[in-house]
Amino acid sequence: MAIKSSGLLIDITRCIGCGACSDACKEINDLPPEIDDKLTAETWTVVREKDNDLHVRDLCRHCVEPACVASCLVAALTKTEHGPVIYDKSVCIGCRYCMVACPFQVPCFEWHSPNPRIRKCILCEPRVREGKSTGCAEACPTEATVFGDRETLVEMARARIKADPKRYHDHIYGLDEVGGTAVMFLSPVPFEDLDFNTDLVNYPLSDITWNILRQVPTIVAGGAVFLGASYWLFNRREKVKQAEQVVGPGPKKEADDV
Amino acid sequence: MFRSAVKLITPWRLIMAAFLATGAVLVFFRFTRGLGSITNLSDQTPWGMWVGFDILAGIGLAAGGFVMAAAVYVFNLKKYRPIVRMAILTALLGYIIFIVGLILEVGRPWNMWRVITNPNIHSPLYEVSLCVMAYTMVLFLEFSQVFFEKFGWNRLMAVFHRLSVMLVILGALISTLHQSTLGTLFTIAPSKMHPLWYSPLLPVHFFLSCIAAGLGMVCFESFLSERFLKHPPRMDLLSRIARFMAVMLVAYFIFRIGDLAVRGVIGLAFTAGFAALLFWLENLLFVILPIIMVFRRGLNIGRTSLFIVSFSVVLGFIMHRFNVAITSFQLVKDAGYFPSWMEFVVTACLISAGFIAAGLAVHLLPVHGGETEKSKN
Ligand code: SF4
Ligand code: SF4
Ligand code: SF4
Repeated sequence: MAIKSSGLLIDITRCIGCGACSDACKEINDLPPEIDDKLTAETWTVVREKDNDLHVRDLCRHCVEPACVASCLVAALTKTEHGPVIYDKSVCIGCRYCMVACPFQVPCFEWHSPNPRIRKCILCEPRVREGKSTGCAEACPTEATVFGDRETLVEMARARIKADPKRYHDHIYGLDEVGGTAVMFLSPVPFEDLDFNTDLVNYPLSDITWNILRQVPTIVAGGAVFLGASYWLFNRREKVKQAEQVVGPGPKKEADDV
Repeated sequence: MFRSAVKLITPWRLIMAAFLATGAVLVFFRFTRGLGSITNLSDQTPWGMWVGFDILAGIGLAAGGFVMAAAVYVFNLKKYRPIVRMAILTALLGYIIFIVGLILEVGRPWNMWRVITNPNIHSPLYEVSLCVMAYTMVLFLEFSQVFFEKFGWNRLMAVFHRLSVMLVILGALISTLHQSTLGTLFTIAPSKMHPLWYSPLLPVHFFLSCIAAGLGMVCFESFLSERFLKHPPRMDLLSRIARFMAVMLVAYFIFRIGDLAVRGVIGLAFTAGFAALLFWLENLLFVILPIIMVFRRGLNIGRTSLFIVSFSVVLGFIMHRFNVAITSFQLVKDAGYFPSWMEFVVTACLISAGFIAAGLAVHLLPVHGGETEKSKN
């Protein structure tokens, strides 16, 4: 079986806000049962209620080219071939740059631990690796969250919009945002009405930093030539001057500071 | 022995000791109860004052070290020799403090060595850490000449002299890279930062501004060293440094404004509100006031004016780094972050430790020498 990169499709028109996904996530990942009102180190997915009875899940989007992965200096965060973006605490230095980089404000930190970790949804990596669905998708009673490989999900989303254009706002959130995400959303209303970040570029954020970092060898080489040449130039002038002055009286000694 | 020990205890130093003790207690809490116990950081504000001040501003202000070293050793501006050692010392201490700050700041400092075994070359932060390690080493070597001179190790001194230009060039290259890469760090978060501070060209902003700020710091600490160490500032040199600094500030400002104009967001600077207010306050302190004061008086600039100029540059520069690292994020999505008093105390302790170390170094080592080596050789 060829490995397909998996993801989730979350259809906000179908979500009834029961919170079964949050509960399932808690259980599967051995997290304390209280559900916080936003993403925290111990709550990896929440369902927040917007006005007019819409319920919006929040969780890691498992970006196709994640900013968090590019930003982590020790590669503690990685994107697996199956789709999940996972974390390895044994190398993490706790710099929290991943939190700064993530456009969805997903990674959370254990602020009150002397041995703190970064924590976030891992797309149920141990299950997904075995070809199983995620805990949240399995628990969802209305199939508002469905699990599948990303390509199939995109087709499914397109088909739903096409079949019932009145029901859906014509946009798949996550198709192109920051170069695409594995967790995608369908909504009955424009996404800015649901407080989604609609200000995102449609290429990977890591392109920006990499395009700068790529210049490093050029800058080093250019700088070395510039400084080397300057050294040669300015010090040669000096030597010439010294040679000329050998005959005459020596140069006046500069005033000493103390 | 005893008498000199008594003389060492002054009220000023007692306050300092109490202060440092408080800091030590806070650090204890930080390592036993987590970063959240003494900072106001949160999942919405993962980076706060310690990153803005201790790291971004601190490293930037240490830029005087590589600029002065390059001026003297590469561009052969020998007259600045009396200042270069002090600048290198400041930079070295700045980096050591920065590394100590980093150990407090990151959550899992015991994993820091992983940077060497698990590199991710796609991460700007990886480049920053590499450069910090390398440059601290270079600074240490550059500064080692002071030890050689102190202990009269003339042979080592001679070796150093042959290598010094290489070291200085290496140091300047590494500095250029990582000063700018500190700006690159933030380019990954375009949608999270206010457009008056976000720019894909942040690395250039960071580089240009650190040169001016580093020189401002060189002037500023010359006045401090007069105040505390009774070492008169070399006004003839400082006024020239200030003039060059002003030129760099002009370059920076043109770049800053031009960048805003090209990206079509310059209007935001003229839209009434907190963002515009901060923007102008920052630039008034960092650029406008210093430029006016320096260019009006030229090389005849007086002590007081120069003191004000350098203070203003340092302050404005710190403000810029704060705005990039903290305020610009808060302006987009207010997470209500303001540093806790404990964050302030720890930062202040780090700075104090730096000043104490600098003072000791100046007392014990021929930092202000530098001239003598020529006559010795
Ligand atoms: S949503 Fe954030 S944490 Fe999740 S993969 Fe994307 S960048 Fe990483
Ligand atoms: S906090 Fe850990 S996972 Fe996040 S960027 Fe830093 S080292 Fe990587
Ligand atoms: S995919 Fe797994 S870890 Fe992520 S929210 Fe669903 S249940 Fe939790």
